[in-house]
Amino acid sequence: MSGTDFLVHDDGDSVGVVVVEGVESGATLTGLEMESGKSVTMTALAAIPLGHKIALRDFKQGDTVLKYGHDIGKIVADAKAGDHIHVHNMKTKRW
Amino acid sequence: MTALADRDFFGYRRENGRVGIRNHVVILPLDDLSNAACEKVANNIDGCLALPHHYGRLQFGADLDLHFRTLIGTGKNPNVAACIVIGIEPGWTQRVVDGIAATGKPVAGFSIEGNGEIKAVAMASRKAQEFSQWASELQRQPCKLSDLWVSTKCGESDTTSGLASCPTVGNLIDKVDPLGATTCFGETSELTGAERVCAARAISEEIGQKFLKTWQAYMDEVIEPHKTSDLSESQPTKGNIAGGLTTIEEKAFGNLQKIGKKTKFIDVLEPAEEPAQGAGLYFMDTSSAAAECVTLQAAAGFVVHLFPTGQGNIIGNPIEPVIKLTANPRTAREMPEHIDLDCSGILAGSMTLDQAGDMLIDIMIRTCNGRLTAAESLKHREFVMTKLYRSA
Repeated sequence: MSGTDFLVHDDGDSVGVVVVEGVESGATLTGLEMESGKSVTMTALAAIPLGHKIALRDFKQGDTVLKYGHDIGKIVADAKAGDHIHVHNMKTKRW
Repeated sequence: MTALADRDFFGYRRENGRVGIRNHVVILPLDDLSNAACEKVANNIDGCLALPHHYGRLQFGADLDLHFRTLIGTGKNPNVAACIVIGIEPGWTQRVVDGIAATGKPVAGFSIEGNGEIKAVAMASRKAQEFSQWASELQRQPCKLSDLWVSTKCGESDTTSGLASCPTVGNLIDKVDPLGATTCFGETSELTGAERVCAARAISEEIGQKFLKTWQAYMDEVIEPHKTSDLSESQPTKGNIAGGLTTIEEKAFGNLQKIGKKTKFIDVLEPAEEPAQGAGLYFMDTSSAAAECVTLQAAAGFVVHLFPTGQGNIIGNPIEPVIKLTANPRTAREMPEHIDLDCSGILAGSMTLDQAGDMLIDIMIRTCNGRLTAAESLKHREFVMTKLYRSA
């Protein structure tokens, strides 16, 4: 599976994790769904650092983000598939 | 290749049957005032290790109980061959000495009031010399993984922790649990968001409820009364956020990967409480700050620690060797002197999780046999007592 740019923990997840360095806006990325072994392709809409999340679908404010097959927080600013998902557009639902 | 169940490591079997992997003579202060004396004794006598800390005066209630449990547990840890306790006064000093003496190991106490520090240091140094020379003749013996108590906690996590380094620890736990190892995870606050999923990993409904009650108490008594924000930059930390973790929930699911896919936890421990239900996986109620958590786990009797890091937490512990692993290729490249196992190959597709788990078992056994961890070689000795509230 060399050439994997991002990993997706669970098949239903709405975000993946970039596992390579130097992803720039416009880059075509190959992802691997770890449970199923399926391959997916996304176009990055922003520079995304190693370890940061990429949106796998469009999000509206208030949407729940799924990772590990579980709720990991809510979207606070609309985002498109391929966007960088982090503290600028996502927040905890706890404390 | 030898089956894992038959693989020996060479440890020190103590008077009470427990097995240690280090052979320290510890010079333990009862209180902050006695740190200087302990450090003088450790400077006088080779093979002695002073454990200075900040507390021990005017504590009361549950906080005092935890102070004693942590000090006594530290002295009881099988990585400690013998122990000298020095306190400002004799009463509480003797309480710690008596607690440690229950193991059968050599222990002696000295107090400063009525003697002055110089005389107390002289008396303690003579006893420390006797202990150190005695300990130097103890020999390692073949031991099995069922003799081993292993703790785990992760730090400066990032998304690579949840993808690979925490699952590598989980793979090891799933492999050593059936062999009768005793293991422990903690970090109560850092399971927030995954608390229900964690509770479902308990051996029974009753233990699951015990876990949820412990978690809820941390929320009600620690987090809610004191928080002034959404805790962003504290939990998750700035390092977590730099590494791509956005929320506590996301961090919690990564954290929970450390207990593997199938191992169930069999009991919930108070901070620094020694396991009493036999071999198996335990949850301990701890803060998620690395040094606090590992200090409590060491005080409960765990002898070797597995520490996945993402961005590069550099923690060590004076008595419990901390083995560090990372799956972040940049951390492995930029901070190699802190990393014992680089499992970033999992992300690159050049290593499977199963292979990484086996490599971690190898490095763990080598550490048990005496190999210095990265943190030990760098003299990282973070001994941090957990304090529950202000003193009286």
